[in-house]
Amino acid sequence: MRFELTDEQRGFAASLTDLMRSADAVGAARAWAAGDKDPGTRLWSRLAEQGVTALVLPEDQGGLGGTLVDLVVAFEVLGHGLAVGPWIESAALLPHADGAMITAAVPPLAPYAVDADVATLASGTAGQTLASIDTTRTLVAVAGPDEIPADAVDRAVLAASAELLGAGERLLSDTVAYVKQRRQFGREIGSYQAVKHQLADVRIALDFARPLVLGAALGDVPVSAAKVMAGDAARRSARTALQLHGAIGYTRELDLGLWINRVRALVGAWGSADHHRGVLAELLREA
Amino acid sequence: MSPQRDELPNLELTEDDIAFRDEARAWLAANVPAEPLPSMDTADGFRAHQEWEARLAAARWSVVSWPQEYGGRGASMVQWVLFEEEYYRAGAPGRVSQNGIFLLSPTIYEFGTKEQQDRWLPSMATGEVIWAQAWSEPESGSDLASLRSTATRDDSRGGWVLNGQKTWSSRASYAHRGFGLFRSDPDSTRHHGLTYLTFPLDADGLLVRPIAQLDGEAGFAELFFDDVFVPDADVLGEPGQGWAVAMSTTGSERGLSLRSPGRFCAAADRLTALWRSHGAPTAFRDRVVDAWLGAEAYRLYTWGTVTGLVTGRSIGFASSANKVFWSELDVALHETALDLQGPEGERFSPWTDGYLFSLSGPIYAGTNEIQRNIVAERILGLPREPRGAGA
Repeated sequence: MRFELTDEQRGFAASLTDLMRSADAVGAARAWAAGDKDPGTRLWSRLAEQGVTALVLPEDQGGLGGTLVDLVVAFEVLGHGLAVGPWIESAALLPHADGAMITAAVPPLAPYAVDADVATLASGTAGQTLASIDTTRTLVAVAGPDEIPADAVDRAVLAASAELLGAGERLLSDTVAYVKQRRQFGREIGSYQAVKHQLADVRIALDFARPLVLGAALGDVPVSAAKVMAGDAARRSARTALQLHGAIGYTRELDLGLWINRVRALVGAWGSADHHRGVLAELLREA
Repeated sequence: MSPQRDELPNLELTEDDIAFRDEARAWLAANVPAEPLPSMDTADGFRAHQEWEARLAAARWSVVSWPQEYGGRGASMVQWVLFEEEYYRAGAPGRVSQNGIFLLSPTIYEFGTKEQQDRWLPSMATGEVIWAQAWSEPESGSDLASLRSTATRDDSRGGWVLNGQKTWSSRASYAHRGFGLFRSDPDSTRHHGLTYLTFPLDADGLLVRPIAQLDGEAGFAELFFDDVFVPDADVLGEPGQGWAVAMSTTGSERGLSLRSPGRFCAAADRLTALWRSHGAPTAFRDRVVDAWLGAEAYRLYTWGTVTGLVTGRSIGFASSANKVFWSELDVALHETALDLQGPEGERFSPWTDGYLFSLSGPIYAGTNEIQRNIVAERILGLPREPRGAGA
């Protein structure tokens, strides 16, 4: 029941959004996937200067002492703008003040360390490198990672949920823009009810996932609730986006696919929907 | 930015809110009937519900958000939601007076004369007079602007003469008064030239024909108007302005658009208990979890809406997204409960009763197809679909 963001939070989101847009985050993501990490690393540094990695670090450790709502606000922007690099690991799982790129494997929820080819591995030994469906993520097998405290893992799950929400919003807004200009049978396809209803369902799914993400940040519901609903909503948004774009959406040349594959990666990472439904079911079984 | 804890402007409960909630909880615990009342769509059930509403009203819990002079407590929106949550958590009966309280009363407050408010509101609050809505016509459902029932001016008697037919009129089989729109300018089309009228259901020339619903009860009725006279005193708002009068309050914050989350949270809790009592079968795990998630999402979404309203935002077209969500949640929740019971789920029970009721959700108050169009056109800004001739 406390769902109004402060002006400061809105301002923070707007400044991160501006930064990502002006730095061409999508171009940086494409370069990152092609092996050129420089633009992505520069963007990382600029976001880190805004305090993203130190956001939820307590002030007595040099952090900003932000709330989990602040974290959610930041990760929605990162998802919306397609930030590259191990942000969930560096800002939510293991927040720190110096802005370094840190990564970690947390099996079984996150069995591989993302981007350990460029980031510092927090614990364990890096092994084989594996490809992700999301070409902007590199997966690295890790031997002997340390146990990470549950509250840190919960923060990572929450951050992944917020990132999914942001990606889902982006896929929806890009698709709305597309169906307003694409014409078939003499009219914009967005005027057809069959198209409208699919997009309305995406709008509704995202609208009702958001309060669970905020609710989890406020401690009203378990983070598992946020991950399931945000994942389902983002997945629906991705599927609808591809369907309504048609063949052009299935190409590499359009940016859309970058978000579609990011959603697919994050739906699985940090606990699948099945895992988190299982967690919630245990709570309901004992209630 | 220097984020700090507790920076979010919390809509925390005041001491008054907590005292209000505790008083409601205590009263409901002591007064809610132990056994469910019979369906309000039967003659006996209708009377039993009226008696319940009278008891609620005597303790001034029937219309908490109304002003004191009409039987309310002048409760804030936050308190109203708190009350609704307590009401459903206590398993209290559905409201037979809901069409009047949620659909009509906001219009009476906004457009009614003081005389009309004094005449209609107190008996609505006590459940003594039950109101039925008469919007739909045989050829006019979601496209309400196409309605054809007429109101013809009769200056000699100082009023209007109604002719035509209304249908799917909820509660009209047993209710006392109706309200609806009539075409008062024969040359008008669409939403022009309509007048908002109220009338007694036992008026001369008015035939009420009950229609059995899916559950077999006469929850609906058809109304046939054959020169039914309505005096000017019973016209709500300006003649010819009926569309504006009706539409101004259809998105009313306190109306059906802000459907209490209490009902769905209570149903989700009952479903969870049912699942546990069947040994928490894994096959139903995901559906039970999703019902719980839906109810939680709805609860938190509603508090978000309330926070927004309290801080001065209007609810806008979000009520359409809301309606699709809760109505589909309600069906899924009840279907899960029935599926969980296997062949036993066929037996008539509060679950089958709730299931049949849930099936009407995606249809009434504007079908979900219409709501999805509104979400797409008004929230997402998609182009309007070409409407038929006269659009």
